[in-house]
Amino acid sequence: MKKFLLLLLLGSIVFAQSKDDQVCLDCHNDKTLTTTRNGKEVSLFVNGKSFAGSAHEEISCTGCHSDVDPSNLPHEEKLQKVSCATCHEQPVAHYERSLHGQAFKKGKSLAPTCASCHGKHDILSSKNTRAKTYVMNIPSLCGQCHKDGTPVSGLSTVSERKVLNEYSESIHGEGLFKRGLIVTAVCTSCHTSHDILPHENQFSSINRNNIVKTCLQCHRQIETVHQKVINGKLWENQPHKVPVCIECHAPHKVRRVFYNDSYPDDMCMKCHSNKDLYKVVDGKKISLFVNLTEFKGSVHTVNNCVKCHTNVNQAKNPVCKTSGKVDCSICHQSQVEDYNISIHGQKHYGGDTNAPYCSDCHSTHNVQSKKAVNSPTFARNVPELCGRCHREGKNIGLAIDEHNNGIVASYRESIHGKGLLQSGLMVTATCVDCHSSHRELPFKDSRSTVNKNNIAATCAQCHLGIYEKFKQSIHSPTVTKTDKKLPTCNDCHFSHEIGRVDKQDFRQGIIQQFGKCHEEVSETYFDTFHGKVTKLGSTGAAKCYDCHGSHEILPSTNPKSTLSRNKIIETCQKCHPNSNRKFVGYLTHATHHDKERYPYLFYTFWAMVTLLTGTFIFFGIHTILWFPRAMKERKRLREKIKESEETHE
Amino acid sequence: MSENTPKGKYYERFDSYSRFLHLLIITSFISLAITGMIIKFSGVGIFQFLSELLGGYAVTGFIHRAAAVVTFIYFGLHIFYLLRKKKQKKFSFTYFFQGENSLVPNKRDLQELIQTTKWFVGKAPRPEYGRWTYWEKFDYWAVFWGVAVIGFSGLLLWFPEFFTSLGLPGWLINVATIIHSDEALLAVGFIFTYHFFNTHFRPDKFPMDTVIFTGKVHIDELKEDRPREYEQIMQNEELQQKFGDAPPELLVKAARIFGFTALTLGIGLVLLIIYSMIFLYQ
Repeated sequence: MKKFLLLLLLGSIVFAQSKDDQVCLDCHNDKTLTTTRNGKEVSLFVNGKSFAGSAHEEISCTGCHSDVDPSNLPHEEKLQKVSCATCHEQPVAHYERSLHGQAFKKGKSLAPTCASCHGKHDILSSKNTRAKTYVMNIPSLCGQCHKDGTPVSGLSTVSERKVLNEYSESIHGEGLFKRGLIVTAVCTSCHTSHDILPHENQFSSINRNNIVKTCLQCHRQIETVHQKVINGKLWENQPHKVPVCIECHAPHKVRRVFYNDSYPDDMCMKCHSNKDLYKVVDGKKISLFVNLTEFKGSVHTVNNCVKCHTNVNQAKNPVCKTSGKVDCSICHQSQVEDYNISIHGQKHYGGDTNAPYCSDCHSTHNVQSKKAVNSPTFARNVPELCGRCHREGKNIGLAIDEHNNGIVASYRESIHGKGLLQSGLMVTATCVDCHSSHRELPFKDSRSTVNKNNIAATCAQCHLGIYEKFKQSIHSPTVTKTDKKLPTCNDCHFSHEIGRVDKQDFRQGIIQQFGKCHEEVSETYFDTFHGKVTKLGSTGAAKCYDCHGSHEILPSTNPKSTLSRNKIIETCQKCHPNSNRKFVGYLTHATHHDKERYPYLFYTFWAMVTLLTGTFIFFGIHTILWFPRAMKERKRLREKIKESEETHE
Repeated sequence: MSENTPKGKYYERFDSYSRFLHLLIITSFISLAITGMIIKFSGVGIFQFLSELLGGYAVTGFIHRAAAVVTFIYFGLHIFYLLRKKKQKKFSFTYFFQGENSLVPNKRDLQELIQTTKWFVGKAPRPEYGRWTYWEKFDYWAVFWGVAVIGFSGLLLWFPEFFTSLGLPGWLINVATIIHSDEALLAVGFIFTYHFFNTHFRPDKFPMDTVIFTGKVHIDELKEDRPREYEQIMQNEELQQKFGDAPPELLVKAARIFGFTALTLGIGLVLLIIYSMIFLYQ
């Protein structure tokens, strides 16, 4: 409002005094008019034509040169410097605190003034395409000084000298120069026109804390665009962890791809190539040495240091001081989310120093792809990796469960372990295939991949065919609705000890498993021939699943069951080739204790018991009575022999 | 007394054929008993160990079936022996079943049983036992019955597919299992306790009577033990031909070693069965 009133006032004066300009030009129209300042000849020529076309045309000469009185000419030789602030108060204020203004104040000869950019009498509106300050011309305007070879370039670093070149190759420069977009960002869009400050300055538009706001002028809703790259919650909860725009999109060079050298790695390596570099945390020396060769061989070699070490701050010395732990979720969002849920993550954040962090498995700078043969996360190396902690003698081994100490050892002997380590199969299951690689949870946790409700689906990742059979079986929770625990894969196959189903250990061991749930039938099984021979170590004798089927097990009332009337003969024929309709009437789970169901057996048994007890009791009494009599008999006989011997003598 | 013996002081009570059959019975019976009890008490650790010791269930199964074949053989040999004897001596069936030395129980056995019981309690003198006492007859028929019952049920278990294909119901195999197993328990329990006591461990014979191996018994012992048989021999010249010298030292020694082995195995098995039944089996 103030500005507007001022313009209104000036306008009225200008209009009144426009004739006065002709008075000024009477002298200053002479191209030879000069004066000497500081020993230098300076032209005092003013091009009336260009002034007439300028933005200031209407305010007349005295609008700026206010110390000239047209009615009292010639004026004094030395006039006051024109003060733009009379009309352009704020831009001038900004200029004065700016890098340019401060340099000017210090008397630096290279420092630009208002006129350096805007011109003097030929000043044009920045909306005028011919103006030096027109958006299309800004890069060349700034480039007058900020390019290689100019006196200003001597004051700046090499990279700063290339600014103009780099800009013209950047997506912004390309937009401006190649596509003629006037909405693209030019120097002043980021650095501002007048309030140009070094980025260290907290008020600078390009300060680390302000740069996002600066970019957001054009790039709205950056969060949505970066959702895949940067964990969404991070924006809200821990914005300080989010890298600022320029950490990925190097200024001046910005493209739709990441740039690596917003903060050049060489700078980091100046210190971190020193093998003796360390910091002290809780009295412990921690090496800060970074093996660059190793890093160059890592899968992260395309990233520069600050891509991960985001909290680098120019205001600090060194810039990386207290930059904190690397947050991998910036790029690996889903993995870290899983990790945070996992028991490893929970324990880690709970302060358990034994709990592994990302870097404990993936290493810090030598991160390798899981496809790299030497990577600790390569399938063949996974058991060893997990075994670093999950092994007898390791502290975690004791902390988890005393019974599970032999996890790695039993895995090695299991069919999965043998497949991996002996047969060299890459498709065999390792720790992470069942436990997941980042979301490991104890089996009791309902979210765990090895929870009883999820384990079948976990195994189905590979054993899909079995899973499909199992889903139809009586043991499947979708078929049988019960409060009792239904068996799932690992109840029969065990987890780490999983073995071949045709080997003795399995065929013997599984019987014990079945007995856990089917106690009664398993007991009666052991009363019959199959069970008895099994107990003596027979692997060949029929086990539960030889008759009932294994994964596809169905109740015998189901016509598809291996024990259904039309299939049972065939089932028995697997072992008994001459099996027949009568033969299958053999009671494999018979017990002579059940009078209702098996009367023949019941009465046979009791008849036998009666016969046995009768005989034993009769002869028991017979013997008990005989014994004392026989003792006397023995005595009598001995005396008789003695007697006959005496008479013989 | 001994001056009446024409040839020697030892009477041959069992001919070599019978002795050989008893050898077959002992070896096959003990084999069957051990291998059979292994499967009957398959849930008991000591029997599982025994199975392993013998080479596993497959070996014990083979031994059991082989010994069963031996059993059927001695059963057949015995029938053959009886028929041959009947033919040679021209015995009639009546004599065979009711004669003086028949193994078929008769009225006198009942009388002797009663008198024996009285004698046990001191109410009567010792009965004048003949060639076969009533408990010996029981032993004989127990084996006869046992071989038939256990043998047939065993065949049923050995060839279940064959027998069911003849039309026998499947549950009969279960019945056969119970009969086979419990009858065997009776046989084993009876032989290894009462037969052992009645024949070997009773104080007047302790520790063993080797007559079944050597075949010979001293005339004094015979007279003392079986007065009626003694009388019978003294009245029969043909029978007196069976008197002879003492059995050779070596034979007696071998008989003792074999006998004691069999007795030890038997007693040991009985102890294991008792242990299993009392402490481990249900």
